[in-house]
Amino acid sequence: MKKLLMGNQAIALGAMHAGVSLVSGYPGTPSTEVLETVARNNDGSIYVEWSVNEKVALEVAAGAAYTGARALVTMKQVGLNVASDPLMSLAYIGVKGGMVVLVADDPGPISSQTEQDTRRFASYAKIPVLDPTSPQEAYEMIGEAFALSERLGTPVLFRPTTRVCHACQDVEVLENPQVSGDFRFEKDSKWVIFPRLSYQNHIKLEERAVQLSREFSAYPRNAVTGSGRRGVVASGVSYAYAMETLSQMPGEAKLMKLATAYPFPEDLALRFLEGLDEVLVMEELDPVIEDQLTLLCGKAFRKVVIHGKRDGFLPHAGEYSVELLRDAIDRFLHIPVASAPPTAPPPSLPIRPPVLCAGCPHRASFYAVKQAMKGQRAIFCGDIGCYTLGNAQPLDMVDTCLCMGAGITMAQGLARMEKGAHTISFTGDSTFFHTGIPGVINAVYNQHDMTLVILDNATTAMTGHQPHPGIGTTMMREVSTKVDIAAVLRACGVEHVATVDPLDLPAAIDAVKAAVAHHGVSAVIFRSPCIAVTKPGKPVAITDRCVGCQRCIREIGCPALTWADGRVFVDESLCTGCGLCTQLCPTHAIEGGACHA
Amino acid sequence: MRSFSCLLSGVGGQGIVLASKLLAQTAMETGMPAMTCETIGMAQRGGCVVSHVRAGENCFSPMIPQGTADVLLGFEPAEAARHLRILAPGGICVTASRAIRPVTASLGAEYDGDAILEYLRLHAPRLLLVEDQQLLAKVGSPKCLNTIMIGAAAGAGAFDLPAESFLDAIKANFPSKYIEMNLFAFQTGYAYGKKAVTP
Repeated sequence: MKKLLMGNQAIALGAMHAGVSLVSGYPGTPSTEVLETVARNNDGSIYVEWSVNEKVALEVAAGAAYTGARALVTMKQVGLNVASDPLMSLAYIGVKGGMVVLVADDPGPISSQTEQDTRRFASYAKIPVLDPTSPQEAYEMIGEAFALSERLGTPVLFRPTTRVCHACQDVEVLENPQVSGDFRFEKDSKWVIFPRLSYQNHIKLEERAVQLSREFSAYPRNAVTGSGRRGVVASGVSYAYAMETLSQMPGEAKLMKLATAYPFPEDLALRFLEGLDEVLVMEELDPVIEDQLTLLCGKAFRKVVIHGKRDGFLPHAGEYSVELLRDAIDRFLHIPVASAPPTAPPPSLPIRPPVLCAGCPHRASFYAVKQAMKGQRAIFCGDIGCYTLGNAQPLDMVDTCLCMGAGITMAQGLARMEKGAHTISFTGDSTFFHTGIPGVINAVYNQHDMTLVILDNATTAMTGHQPHPGIGTTMMREVSTKVDIAAVLRACGVEHVATVDPLDLPAAIDAVKAAVAHHGVSAVIFRSPCIAVTKPGKPVAITDRCVGCQRCIREIGCPALTWADGRVFVDESLCTGCGLCTQLCPTHAIEGGACHA
Repeated sequence: MRSFSCLLSGVGGQGIVLASKLLAQTAMETGMPAMTCETIGMAQRGGCVVSHVRAGENCFSPMIPQGTADVLLGFEPAEAARHLRILAPGGICVTASRAIRPVTASLGAEYDGDAILEYLRLHAPRLLLVEDQQLLAKVGSPKCLNTIMIGAAAGAGAFDLPAESFLDAIKANFPSKYIEMNLFAFQTGYAYGKKAVTP
């Protein structure tokens, strides 16, 4: 039956169709919906968990695959950096049941720190990678990835990109077969990594790459069509973009569609190169296929000009589009471009940067720290989550942001070198559990002087409100032990720990001042739930006492407060009545809001 | 072979992703293959949201190539103006008329609503401005703008799809407690759109 499915939903249902028994992961755009879809459609026979981070998730999945079960682990591309330690070793050890490592790449980047290419990771780790071009293909290919993994006894990388993950398509969904839940770990010395074993397995890995290169030359999702002296190579969603143009001009160019960048199907590529003078390679992110093709031309003494990223024919950075590739194909085939008359540019359009939601407790937390540190030299180390948006005007409270958990640790290096500056890190609750805790222990052990601010909104908000260890619920719909952040901090040796509601502005400011005054490691936990997971309160009201000073608008940048016709308005569809604005109005003109006014 | 493409544009929180799903599911009800594509994530936080819907054979890219869309469905005038160049010659632009000022406007940046409406009138030969506030009041729920807008565009004949197929798609895909409200929202929009294009 045909269903309109998002690529990530298709991958999830495809994995269920392939008989997956365990799914683990850590949320990250554009990968998150895969695990969520399995959990939503789970009849209880599949074990599903959000792990605390990607390294943990990958190890949990590997353990499952050691028993012969099929396991799926999901993450975004930067998550693979965290999980790279177990992945590199697992490539040498291998698995018994099929294990697919789903890593979603994000050309653009639209919602990421880097434009790294997971296909490079595949060749670095020496494990095969599959790269679907559409949701329908992803549904079918994920099953092939499990079968390949099981047959070869190796983890397999599955790498969709944003426009495959988040595109929807009418997908043919099949009945799921029954899976036996009977798995047993067989003890064997092959599961224990040792230098001698690694040496032997390294030899096998290289042999397997050669064998797989041959197999992938016959893989039906890799295909050469057409003929001529000019050839086009396309992979991933670039193939879909290119087909918009190429399907209009049949016979103009030879085409190679590639779904396996590593191991590179050399035999197929040699057949493709036969009779060609020039090739255009179209792939987002790194020139992985382009480099392999260039290497092959050298090895096989083929005199072919290769166009792509290396000669500037196509850009290295950013995502591709139908238009970008149409222009490239036209230039490559020397087709004169018929340019459409341009539409007149619109008048100055409003800029709509993403902002913290109206009523977001992070706004109050940032504002409290800003007030507490007024007039003092302070460096604010941010982290990954909604609260990265605290860098925007007028809050302007994020001076650094690098990667998950780095706020806590970078603050320590900064404080050691710049004498006299206060360093304050902002870490979300989910990020704290992800990679924050080792940094806290480091700060205590090495006697750093810093203040940790934990923004505890009781959810993983940015990626769509996933539970985490502090919440007390799991993806198996069970109630579990809540891990108490304050208790963790104290157990790590943090002596000064305060928990306060950031929407109680005077108390919040006092808590920050007291923590900063404490020499050594201190912590303030700002606890207030994300407005997206709580019932909103009654909107505030602007009274006649408003003198139009606009202090509320200038200070906190709440999207529910607007200025028009010489006065302040409250957008009642947005205001949650958090009461932050009522506490900073100099004429007490804003009424209502929470009980903090 | 029947086919159409529609770009939906607006700001976070307007229900654009659901509207694009409804459009694609309606196309599927009539036997057409369908694709959609949207940017989600950060965009939910009051940023610009765009969703592409393509239906019919021979679609490869989930995103509509520039200058080829049959319909531009704006949920806000500036967001319609921002994407006007995606329309094919002869394409129709249907947009909600109420301007939504961003936080940056409150902080001093410009938003000249009249200039934007003037631009749309000048450069979109087929333009339907939908009095969205008036229709929302009639339907009685601020959450129904998306279905009203789909209805208005359908009523104006923007899609090659019968009204009944939209109603069937709503019944088949919406949670039961929202079906009635959305059927009414669609019909309200549809009547508005139909009246607007009837000479």
